[in-house]
Amino acid sequence: MVEKITLGKALNHGLRRSLESDSKVVIMGEDVGKLGGVFRITDGLQKDFGEDRVIDTPLAEAGIVGTAVGLAIRGYRPVCEIQFDGFVFPAYNQIVAQVAKMYFRSLGNVRLPIVIRIPYGGGIGAVEHHSESPEAYFAHTPGLKVVTCSNPADAYVMIQQAIASDDPIVFFEPKRRYWEKGDVDLDAGLAGAYPLHASRVVREGSDATVIAYGPMVRVALDAAAAAEEDGRSLEVIDLRTLSPLDLGPVYDSVRRTGRAVVVHEAPGNLGMGSEIAARITEECFYSLEAPVLRVTGYDTPYPAARVEEEYLPDLDRVLDAVDRSFGW
Amino acid sequence: MANDESQPGLDAPAGGFVQLLTPDGERVDSVTTAEGVTYSVDFTDDEYRELYKDLVTVRRLDAEATALQRQGELGIWASLLGQEAAQVGSGRALRPQDMAFPTYREHGVLYTRGIDPIMPFGLFRGVDQGGWDPNEFKFNTYTIVIGSQTLHATGYAMGITMDGKTGSPEGEAVIAYFGDGATSQGEVNESFVWSGVFNAPIVFFCQNNQYAISEPLERQTRIPLYRRAAGYGFPGVRIDGNDVLATFAVTRAALDNARNGQGPTLIEAYTYRMGAHTSSDDPTRYRIASEVESWKAKDPISRLKAFLTKQQLADDTFFGEVDESARKLALDLRERVLAMPDPQPVTMFDNVYPNGSPEVDAQRQQFADYQASFEGSGH
Repeated sequence: MVEKITLGKALNHGLRRSLESDSKVVIMGEDVGKLGGVFRITDGLQKDFGEDRVIDTPLAEAGIVGTAVGLAIRGYRPVCEIQFDGFVFPAYNQIVAQVAKMYFRSLGNVRLPIVIRIPYGGGIGAVEHHSESPEAYFAHTPGLKVVTCSNPADAYVMIQQAIASDDPIVFFEPKRRYWEKGDVDLDAGLAGAYPLHASRVVREGSDATVIAYGPMVRVALDAAAAAEEDGRSLEVIDLRTLSPLDLGPVYDSVRRTGRAVVVHEAPGNLGMGSEIAARITEECFYSLEAPVLRVTGYDTPYPAARVEEEYLPDLDRVLDAVDRSFGW
Repeated sequence: MANDESQPGLDAPAGGFVQLLTPDGERVDSVTTAEGVTYSVDFTDDEYRELYKDLVTVRRLDAEATALQRQGELGIWASLLGQEAAQVGSGRALRPQDMAFPTYREHGVLYTRGIDPIMPFGLFRGVDQGGWDPNEFKFNTYTIVIGSQTLHATGYAMGITMDGKTGSPEGEAVIAYFGDGATSQGEVNESFVWSGVFNAPIVFFCQNNQYAISEPLERQTRIPLYRRAAGYGFPGVRIDGNDVLATFAVTRAALDNARNGQGPTLIEAYTYRMGAHTSSDDPTRYRIASEVESWKAKDPISRLKAFLTKQQLADDTFFGEVDESARKLALDLRERVLAMPDPQPVTMFDNVYPNGSPEVDAQRQQFADYQASFEGSGH
């Protein structure tokens, strides 16, 4: 049954399906129960699955992730909700020092099938700590896998895939896209679904490759539509997975187009774009017509909401970068 | 607890503690705390002797490790010298179904769980991260970041409740080990909050060995640590941590309470770290010799030996046999530690992810190719 639903609702359906399919799946976080989460992503789940499956926790992020570690050792599959990107840091020690390393430390004896959901990114007019993009901190940590969805169909499938995976996964949700609708096949099973750790070409093109993920995929697609009107064909790749990076499709694309522009909201300095640009340079050097360019947030703390539109990469900044690439 | 009404024992801290065996080896039949809880033990003669053997063995293994470190065979060692009673008493109070979450100093507890004592040596020698299977032995990996494991223990305990494994004598319980320094950590505070709120079947076992590396207890707290439990809504008990009988009695009672659905307990084992924090520090810089000497008089092994002797439960022949058995075990350990091979470098790529990773796989291949390129080149 294909339905046109929001990305937030798709996540809700995906979580519901995971709770139904595996009795060991538990959701835990602040306000996830009666309130259904501050973004209502867990709406109705506690009512249907009970307080032991959808657990309203004390207000402490390290506690949410740290107790999830113990539950996972016990055989559960915890799904932690961190309320906002900027609130994850009290849990940072648990995520990078414990969740990421216990499998390695125990020589493979202890698996931690934990998913840490983090709504991230800006564009919703929020106050400090509610609009950040901390993905690079986690992608830099071996032992963690990091993914992000950009549309309702992916959200529905990817959250289920993440929960079903034995790998610890940080699952970034583009909060400014929670309310965007798309077709979702709610009957589709995971078997045969597009792999969790694979990037995807979401728009084919021949003149330049635009690489984006999460909230910026929509911006990249809009830029490609605008560029087409100007007679320029942009290929857009949704990375979907930030660790491991699946750059095979990116290399294929760049070898054809000769130009690459990486787009993300996070500050550019040592961000995901730096890694991607370096790898494209290593792999596609002789195909490049111009340096790999980055369109990112600035190297400032996330600014006040009234100026965030100037901070966030938008269609014009992407097109400007494409123009610069052609001007090389 | 503040068992002010009970017999505080020699050199007890202000507020007293539960003590069932004095430093002179005198047995106290039972102790009733101010809250009206009575603690006692009823060991057979053999069980007393076995406890003594545990203490001596653990101390001997620890001494061997210290020697190995001094000889350059271990990169570092965290000695438990002085804390044998706290670890053996609490460890022996655990039932097979109970789960323990240690720091990095719980070699005595590890021993009581039936784990080959060589296991932590991989970590300290630098050949692995510690090699036992936590699920098999119900003893989790060592945790080096201070206090983190208390949250893991709490989550595991919540899982016990969710599995319906509490509320009966056959239920399961969890014990979380940490030191006095860890009580300053936010995560330990959070684990107390969580455990209280969810009535988790957990025993928090704080070995107050008086120092967090060089920081004395006064840098961690203004009140006795066991009294913190009241703020979280569960009982706190202070024990003489150098008294293996009190340690056993109180831990067993707290575990039973937990498995019966009565929630958490905080135990403060009042003890002393006789050696350095690890082999890398110098305790003479931060504590005085007379303090160390005063704690020597409270030694956990000598007092049990005195008790066994006075009660005619053991003689020199027995003590000699125990020493010889421990010596053999230590020598065997030494031989095996020296024989521990360095890991194949390529194994660093193992066990990063349960489902693997193309990136790690590619780096493994690059590494292997690079290594192979040296073959025959004289490197």
